[in-house]
Amino acid sequence: MSAEVKERDPLFSPKNRKLLSTPLNRDNPITVQVLGVCSALAVTAKLEPSVVLALSVVFVLGVGNVLISLLRKTIAPRIRIIVQLTVIATLVILVDQFLLAFAYDVSKQLSVFVGLIITNCIIMGRFEAFGMANKPWPSFLDGIGNALGYGWILIVVGFFRELLGSGTVWGYPVFEKIGLYNWGYENNGMMILPPMALIVVGIIIWVQRSRVRDLIEEN
Amino acid sequence: MFSNRYIFIYSSVMVIIVALLLSSTAMLLQPRQQENITIANIQGILAAVNIEATSDNAEELYQQYIKTELAIDQDGQVTSVYRNGKLEEGEVRPFDIDLKKELYNKKMGKPFLSPLFVAEIEGNTLYIVPLRGAGLWGPLYGNIAFGPDFNEIVGANFSHDKETPGLGAEISLKEFSNQFIGKMIFDDAGQFNSVVVVKGGPSTLTPAMQIHGVDAISGGTITCTGVNDMLENCLENYNSYIQNTIK
Repeated sequence: MSAEVKERDPLFSPKNRKLLSTPLNRDNPITVQVLGVCSALAVTAKLEPSVVLALSVVFVLGVGNVLISLLRKTIAPRIRIIVQLTVIATLVILVDQFLLAFAYDVSKQLSVFVGLIITNCIIMGRFEAFGMANKPWPSFLDGIGNALGYGWILIVVGFFRELLGSGTVWGYPVFEKIGLYNWGYENNGMMILPPMALIVVGIIIWVQRSRVRDLIEEN
Repeated sequence: MFSNRYIFIYSSVMVIIVALLLSSTAMLLQPRQQENITIANIQGILAAVNIEATSDNAEELYQQYIKTELAIDQDGQVTSVYRNGKLEEGEVRPFDIDLKKELYNKKMGKPFLSPLFVAEIEGNTLYIVPLRGAGLWGPLYGNIAFGPDFNEIVGANFSHDKETPGLGAEISLKEFSNQFIGKMIFDDAGQFNSVVVVKGGPSTLTPAMQIHGVDAISGGTITCTGVNDMLENCLENYNSYIQNTIK
């Protein structure tokens, strides 16, 4: 992944398209690299915060990777981690401030988790592995690709946890509307607790590896 | 390749740029954020008396229903009266009282004020008490409305900044706050007895206590304890006012 991309590639050359698509499946940050799992467990009790967090990460990782890539020749290796952290923290605070000003309700819902984007390992991982070594455009694609790869897992986990744990989707009472409770169904309270997110992520990893067999490790 | 001098200058410039960028963004957005917070406060007060307000009509509905705002000191004396858009008594509009500061004064043993909002709805006088306390990750706040006797709860709503979605954050849902309706804050002998959130629900309490109990949220124990402390700490401030004026 960290290989230098050749110069003068067309904007959406096969190589660049790959930057966008491999993190969605074959090189997914959560299911293959097992990064950023912490936030995947914490925010996914409901669908809406999962979606907003996914979008925020798309912004932070996309813009951040471009900034790091633009600065890459000026950053002294000894302070590169500090520079990366400063870029991440700045972008995250900007997202938080804008949410407070323009989407107050969503910001209330996400509460503490916007700030926690700073600690998301995927972001620093991509800055370190890709932004520091590549040009801005491939870095942008790589950032967006990885953020989407992270985001879709979050959304799938959030969907199932909200549906099975609270019987709703985006706050809409699906199970109540189709009358499932009249049949004696009860919401599974376990689903809203963080450990179940780990199990749902585990199931996604299982499904993915049974479809993409060369991801299975030897021994 | 990079000298120490370069690194020092580089980090200094970076920090200054970031500081300028963030502080100017915060300053530019602050009026808007403040407005959102005020509107959310108004919506909270109205929600306690079961009036759903959008951010557009909140101020209009507030003027329509909340006729009087009072500020009450630690001895139960009224120090400010704000009625029909005019400050009739005292120096500070009760709506602008910073409850966090007043509760801090209370903790320090200093004089403090408690705001009280009086609503007139369909001929009934309802009392709305703003609440503020601490949850697991950050502040909790809310409003609780009482009927004309200032004993029976007619509505409540809770809000928070940083509680965990799906767990402690559930206190802001109607399913939780609606449990408060019909509960009392005085026992049969007329003694103050705050509403308590209990694990397992009110049925685990003694029959005399059941009228003061509501069910807690599983996985949100610390937030629920915070709600208990907040209710007691805020409601007891009105005890002497109620004894003197309402009864």
